[in-house]
Amino acid sequence: MPSHELGRGAGREPWDSGRAAGIIAEHARREGATLPILHALQETFGYVDGEAVPLIADALNLSRAEVHGCITFYHDFRSEPAGRHTVKLCRAEACQAVGADALHEDVLRRYDVAWHGTTRDGQVTVEPVFCLGLCACAPAALVDGEPVGRLDLDALADALTERAA
Amino acid sequence: MSITFYLPKDAASLALGADRVARALTRAAAARGLDVTLVRTGSRGMLWLEPLLEVATPEGRIAYGPVRPGDVESLLDAGLAEGGAHALRIGRPEEHPYLARQQRLTFGRCGIIDPASVEEYRAHGGYRGLEAALAAGPAGTVEAVKASGLRGRGGAGFPTGIKWNTVMLAESPQKYVVCNADEGDSGTFADRMLMEGDPLTLIEGMTIAAVAVGATRGYIYCRSEYPHAFAALETAIRAAERAGFLGANVLGSGKAFHLEVRLGAGAYICGEETSLLESLEGKRGIVRAKPPIPALKGLFGQPTLVNNVLSFAAIPWILEHGGEAYAAYGMGRSLGTLPIQLAGNVARGGLIETAFGLTLREVIEDFGGGTASGRPLRAVQVGGPLGAYFPDTLLDTPLDYEAFAAKKGLLGHGGIVVFDDTVDLARQARFAFEFCATESCGKCTPCRIGAVRGMETIDKVIAGESPRENLALVTDLCEVMTDGSLCAMGGLTPVPVMSALTHFPEDFSGRGAKLPLAAE
Repeated sequence: MPSHELGRGAGREPWDSGRAAGIIAEHARREGATLPILHALQETFGYVDGEAVPLIADALNLSRAEVHGCITFYHDFRSEPAGRHTVKLCRAEACQAVGADALHEDVLRRYDVAWHGTTRDGQVTVEPVFCLGLCACAPAALVDGEPVGRLDLDALADALTERAA
Repeated sequence: MSITFYLPKDAASLALGADRVARALTRAAAARGLDVTLVRTGSRGMLWLEPLLEVATPEGRIAYGPVRPGDVESLLDAGLAEGGAHALRIGRPEEHPYLARQQRLTFGRCGIIDPASVEEYRAHGGYRGLEAALAAGPAGTVEAVKASGLRGRGGAGFPTGIKWNTVMLAESPQKYVVCNADEGDSGTFADRMLMEGDPLTLIEGMTIAAVAVGATRGYIYCRSEYPHAFAALETAIRAAERAGFLGANVLGSGKAFHLEVRLGAGAYICGEETSLLESLEGKRGIVRAKPPIPALKGLFGQPTLVNNVLSFAAIPWILEHGGEAYAAYGMGRSLGTLPIQLAGNVARGGLIETAFGLTLREVIEDFGGGTASGRPLRAVQVGGPLGAYFPDTLLDTPLDYEAFAAKKGLLGHGGIVVFDDTVDLARQARFAFEFCATESCGKCTPCRIGAVRGMETIDKVIAGESPRENLALVTDLCEVMTDGSLCAMGGLTPVPVMSALTHFPEDFSGRGAKLPLAAE
């Protein structure tokens, strides 16, 4: 199985239902295969296209509603592509204790974006996340899956520049 | 002669630039023609000193930190390879007061060994617990766990030995061992540190459990917010398989144990064990009503042992040294050691493993050195987003399940988040409801609706709208959520809310009325 590297700017392939069917078949025999399949699809295509729903339902003998319900229940799965880079900002208490709320307002203003939104140039998607386990070096973020501690606006800009290089 | 350096690749160290330090060190060493081995370890848990670079010398490992890439040249000039003097020199890490006062049973190898190496793991005592368990047999193993007094380190504190006994006695052709690695509580990172720094301890603990209860398959459900832990687990599982410690014939015992790590998908509720099982089965992570308990009817309806990362990780030490040796640590009914995680607005945040019984004040002042901002401490939240906010007057509470319960708090997974005097407890109470509204699985009404209504009502209080009446409503709502929720998500959300209200009533006086929004 491919190793899941969440949000590493993976998923550059355009949606292809034939390719998706292949990925689904690869995992379908595993116990409780829904999440591994959804992760694999999102890693390949960057999101889970609506066309995947009947394909997964057929392969796993589930109803389409069950598959759709699963996709929408979990915060990770998206039904459309994200921006080129994904920034997950931790909103939990340890980060709040060192000024995360104010920082997040500044980030959203500087990038002119709302939570879950993508900048107009399609470069950056900003998402809230509740705890990255980086509580002792807060405020914290994951930028394309790479952790950044003691975050401020400059550190975020640097991390995005580094990821773009 | 080759020089051996040790540098963490723990996510927190990476977040503070460990990879950049590694590159700078490798480059500078090459330029100086030095023969260098760089071992990437986990973190020792002194997180304000990360990245912490260590070098092997005849006197033992000497540490330097926090090291930035620009420090590498001056370190080498100062005789880094021989442990030379430098402004960043810490000395021997185990002599550092932060570590010297600890009792590291579970985290004994974390930060010291290469987490991917079975050889190093064994050289540091690894797999002696499994050997002891195989010699003791299932009943003897469960007895040792009972004798240790170990209670689930995930937060609920249920006696681990009793759970193991139930699964062992359950009759079924297929049983499972499941590790709850969905550490979602803010202020907790011990699971992550262990999975990244010493994953084989978790794997060994699960293998011992599988042999004891008669399970042949196991899953680690790792949250997706921890991509590095997930990768470290995969690597360690492959290594354990190659070395014959996992698979069809564990250590030649004739027992099979197949272990797989699964990735969650960003749902806090999947840290609740029945939601986690639903998620592993490929469904939405919706809470199950209990009974039946997972020990009898768990994953795919089969008897399933579900324990937290730290519970499993405590097992190898217990089997190697005996249950009584473990029970010699701690106080009251809280036996053994607690990996404490100190974070938030604190000068020296990190991981502290000690026997239960230290007071909160000792942890925050002696280990943490007070607030990071230098301002007075005002509130401490212990036990994650569902834990209570304690004021200064409660800081002498010892870390003990019962002592915390007596103060209407919960020890949870041992996370301590420090706030200085700029914190607004009305906002924190609002956040508790907001978090519950976002993360509720939606199955039961008190949690699903109560959280939303609670948030709206606190907003009214903050805006200065009939604060007294609205606070009465919040209190009433909290009672309904406590009594009527199906699981701890809705049942414990009132804990942070009511503790904020009880201990910090001045923040709920409707001061927000002065804000422009309400002054219109």
